[in-house]
Amino acid sequence: MKTKESVKNKLSGKVINEIKVKMPSLSVNEGMARSVVAAFCARLDPSAAEIADIKCAVSEAVTNCIVHAYKDTIGVIYINVKLCENRLVRVEIKDRGCGIEDVKTARQPLFTTDAANERSGMGFTVMESFCDAVRVRSAAGKGTTVTLFKFFEER
Amino acid sequence: MIKKTCLYETKNEDGVLTVTLRGEIDHHSAVSVRSDIDALIYESRPRKTVLDLSQIEFMDSSGLGLIMGRYALMERMGGVLTLKNPNERVVKIFELAGLGRIIKIENE
Repeated sequence: MKTKESVKNKLSGKVINEIKVKMPSLSVNEGMARSVVAAFCARLDPSAAEIADIKCAVSEAVTNCIVHAYKDTIGVIYINVKLCENRLVRVEIKDRGCGIEDVKTARQPLFTTDAANERSGMGFTVMESFCDAVRVRSAAGKGTTVTLFKFFEER
Repeated sequence: MIKKTCLYETKNEDGVLTVTLRGEIDHHSAVSVRSDIDALIYESRPRKTVLDLSQIEFMDSSGLGLIMGRYALMERMGGVLTLKNPNERVVKIFELAGLGRIIKIENE
């Protein structure tokens, strides 16, 4: 049984593999971003559900960079994926966009600043539901870094 | 030419518009699909729109926006929207937003 405390204690570990990708914040890259992360995770022999989870979470974080961080502009999205020896995958998705003034509110289910464009406000909720932990670091005007933590079961 | 990641087919019979979506629904693909479906709804004025999701391979929360937006449009026009045969992944995201209480799912 994974409790919140036990998960927190294991969120770091010796890194045994890593990739770094950077891409312009074009919506066409959403599919590529999630496929690259899925390909990185494939060597862990993940279940179909685990792959679907991480793909969906990455898609949410990258979409946030495109729709919110770099709204009406094109910036660079930096993705850093690390595999730790305890089968933990850490996906860091970073932008240098507008930042989030109130992270706690932004993480609330159904909260959105862009309802006019049919944003559901479920991005962070999806990330949290499909990963073991999600960390958000943000400063207004400087950018946001979202880190997704997901353990892959031994099979 | 960049390959489209979400394709669809439509059928319009007896006031029921069925849109069968295929492929991946994310923010990128949802933008164009949404305007196409809206145009169809405005033109054909169906009493019911069915989004057949059985062929969807990937969907994130942008898909929820797409579904909620079409639901609201159908409601404004005095009609209903239902979903048909969503896979387990789609249902999981759907339930996270509590949409199961609002939008009907038909499984066959």
